[in-house]
Amino acid sequence: MVLSANDKSNVKGVFSKISSHAEEYGAETLERMFTTYPQTKTYFPHFDLHHGSAQIKAHGKKVATALIEAANHIDDIAGALSKLSDLHAQKLRVDPVNFKLLGQCFLVVMAIHHPSALTPEVHASLDKFLCAVGNVLTSKYR
Amino acid sequence: MVHWSAEEKQLIASVWSKVNVEECGAEALARLLIVYPWTQRFFASFGNLSSPTAILGNPKVRAHGKKVLTSFGEAVKNLDNIKVTYAKLSELHCEKLHVDPENFRLLGDILIIVLASHFARDFTPACQFAWQKLVGVVAHALARKYH
Repeated sequence: MVLSANDKSNVKGVFSKISSHAEEYGAETLERMFTTYPQTKTYFPHFDLHHGSAQIKAHGKKVATALIEAANHIDDIAGALSKLSDLHAQKLRVDPVNFKLLGQCFLVVMAIHHPSALTPEVHASLDKFLCAVGNVLTSKYR
Repeated sequence: MVHWSAEEKQLIASVWSKVNVEECGAEALARLLIVYPWTQRFFASFGNLSSPTAILGNPKVRAHGKKVLTSFGEAVKNLDNIKVTYAKLSELHCEKLHVDPENFRLLGDILIIVLASHFARDFTPACQFAWQKLVGVVAHALARKYH
């Protein structure tokens, strides 16, 4: 699965709209993920997972920032996320299936806040991009 | 049997009552074919699926999308009996249509995104949970009679 020139342009377009909402959308993505897929909470036993938690806000910002970074270096996502890839492989070891769940929730957040921006073509490009990010983050698992 | 809390049932019914089945169904199926183009393999007889514009404007896609989402309404009406409700459809999808059940999961996820885009903030996390659970149950029921 390769990101076409159109995909890259679609993704950059979306992220230029949301970079000022990084913390808000990141936090909402996580909150939806924890609510919709309770098994994902098993990776955060040390967190306060209540709505509005400072930890979710901080972590949401981290996640969104990483996605923005990947979008800004979309020609070399593996390079841009190399350290994060190491972290996930060596320390975090989040099961690969969960990246799809996070991706689904991120798309839901986009659909809620920017429905007109999430045309079917952009939806397709974003989905591919999120898959690519997930693949990079799990690429060093074994 | 799947257990639905009173709140889940209410969230599902409340969203469903406001869904335009024809529009939502058409959009969900079109997005499935656009976002996951390999799903077009089941629709060779639908004519022009060569671009997102073609897919979105394709009358067969619209009609079929409406049919699929109308059928989904049966699950909403029979939450406590989804397995039985879809038994025959499950057999059909296996024996006649030869559809990999993974496609039911893909369509379910797409439907969630379509609902989110229409309901915006009203599509709360609790709502998303209930609906994600529902699409999962429907997918499971449709796969149940596979052999």
